[in-house]
Amino acid sequence: MKISARRRIVNAVMLSLSGICTLLVISVLFFILGYLLVHGVKSLDFDFFTKLPKPSGETGGGMANAIVGSGKVLLLATLIGVPIGFLAGIFLAEFSGKTFAFTIRYVVDLLNGVPSIVIGIVAYALVVRPMRHFSALAGGVALGIMMIPIAVRTTEEFLRSVPNSMREGAMALGATRAQTIFTVVVPAAMSGLISGMMLNLARVAGETAPLLFTALGNMFWSKGWLEPIATLPVMIYNYAIAPEEDLHQQAWAAGFVLLMLVLAINVTARMVINRGHASSRR
Amino acid sequence: MASPQQQQIMTRESVTRPAETAASKTPGAACKLTARNIDFFYGSFQALHSISLDVPSHRITAFIGPSGCGKSTFLRTMNRMNEALRNTRVEGELRLDGQDILSMDVTTVRRRVGMVFQKSNPFPKSIFDNVAYGLRVNGISRKSVVEEAVERSLQHAALWTEVKDKLHKPASALSGGQQQRLCIARALAVEPEVLLLDEPCSALDPIATRRIEELLFELKEMTTIVIVTHNMQQAARIADLTGFFLLGKLMEIDDTKKIFQNPGKKETEDYVTGRFG
Repeated sequence: MKISARRRIVNAVMLSLSGICTLLVISVLFFILGYLLVHGVKSLDFDFFTKLPKPSGETGGGMANAIVGSGKVLLLATLIGVPIGFLAGIFLAEFSGKTFAFTIRYVVDLLNGVPSIVIGIVAYALVVRPMRHFSALAGGVALGIMMIPIAVRTTEEFLRSVPNSMREGAMALGATRAQTIFTVVVPAAMSGLISGMMLNLARVAGETAPLLFTALGNMFWSKGWLEPIATLPVMIYNYAIAPEEDLHQQAWAAGFVLLMLVLAINVTARMVINRGHASSRR
Repeated sequence: MASPQQQQIMTRESVTRPAETAASKTPGAACKLTARNIDFFYGSFQALHSISLDVPSHRITAFIGPSGCGKSTFLRTMNRMNEALRNTRVEGELRLDGQDILSMDVTTVRRRVGMVFQKSNPFPKSIFDNVAYGLRVNGISRKSVVEEAVERSLQHAALWTEVKDKLHKPASALSGGQQQRLCIARALAVEPEVLLLDEPCSALDPIATRRIEELLFELKEMTTIVIVTHNMQQAARIADLTGFFLLGKLMEIDDTKKIFQNPGKKETEDYVTGRFG
């Protein structure tokens, strides 16, 4: 009797504890969203999306250049990170033997664990130093390197989830290994691949450290790909440590925009993968 | 009296010729595919022991035997599908119309020797693209040619009337039996000389099974068929020739009637009469 009462109490305590922690987890996101909105709402107007930053001392202005800049750097990062990671992932999933695959996977996981600031230094040494100036390209290289590990593992995972019977079916018709992979396996995994790459992009969209000394920042529009360029995370950093209250508010607003951007990519990615599942079930 | 030279030729022939098989007895049937002393290894495990047989042209040859006896392994050796598996090895001689299969370009082998699998495996593409796939990977992309071949193949697979209005719907929308016939159509599109079927009906209900059996019966007009089946009645119904596999060995291969009514080996008799297996 006594023991069963104790068990009931322990059960009730543990259940409520885990329930409370779950609530906590969910509320963190909404807390952040609300906090950003409350602080940034004053600066979150039409100008924020269309105007350039004002010179210091003046109030108003916006972050149009940083929004476009983030887009440009992320586009470069995708063009660099996704193809490399995708092709390496194909090799890993379709061609490598067990021990070799284990080694590659281990190395890729190590690369994934490299601190982002270190990758920034690498991009600085590889691109900024030889070209003698900061640029969108350098920022794109830094973020692109950061995208590689997840791109590799995503590709491997989704290609492996394609049943072997598909490969056999294609090869039994006289398709080569490469034809099999690119005309049957990859299309079968496409929705997963796209959503995985989008999540990967969302993950690096908020990276700041590697951009500090690669893309640097810019108070004006940046022409082409070889000039220093403003990005949302670096703009947030610069404005947050500035003394003016007006700039703090703009930083909050930028934080909100960045978060919404990341969330939008995330949600779209989920929709892509769900649609892929629905169509394969049909 | 034969001259020494002739005698030599005759001896050589008697070496390359197998011990008398049913194929050589089937009148009017040229030999399409021959296997001589095929050994197959998964790593150090020998799955096939010295398989020799002749597959007659335009006939249905069935392989029966208990699970794990090597019949599927042998089937997959005939179009070199097992090569995709790691750590496997095949020894012996395999000839398609006298040409060495094991040294032929592997994609050529598979185009000439098609295969249908146990579980239907349509690609996640439209019905049309599924059937056209084999043509396209083999470099045939002229629209009129492809369209004509797709229609012809679907007709041969007795699927045309059911799908002709929904060729661009996903293949996954078809029923299990339709999907398997689609896979047969897909294999037929490249006009294979031999069609290998690995238990093609094991996942189908009796009605769908019957349709496929009728289909195979018609298809032997245009191609040579080798089928692995767990279902002895199926072999008895459709096959001209039946081979019985046991523990990686081909126990015997003969006219289907003989295998089922008067087999030469005790093991075969035990198996076909249901005493084991």
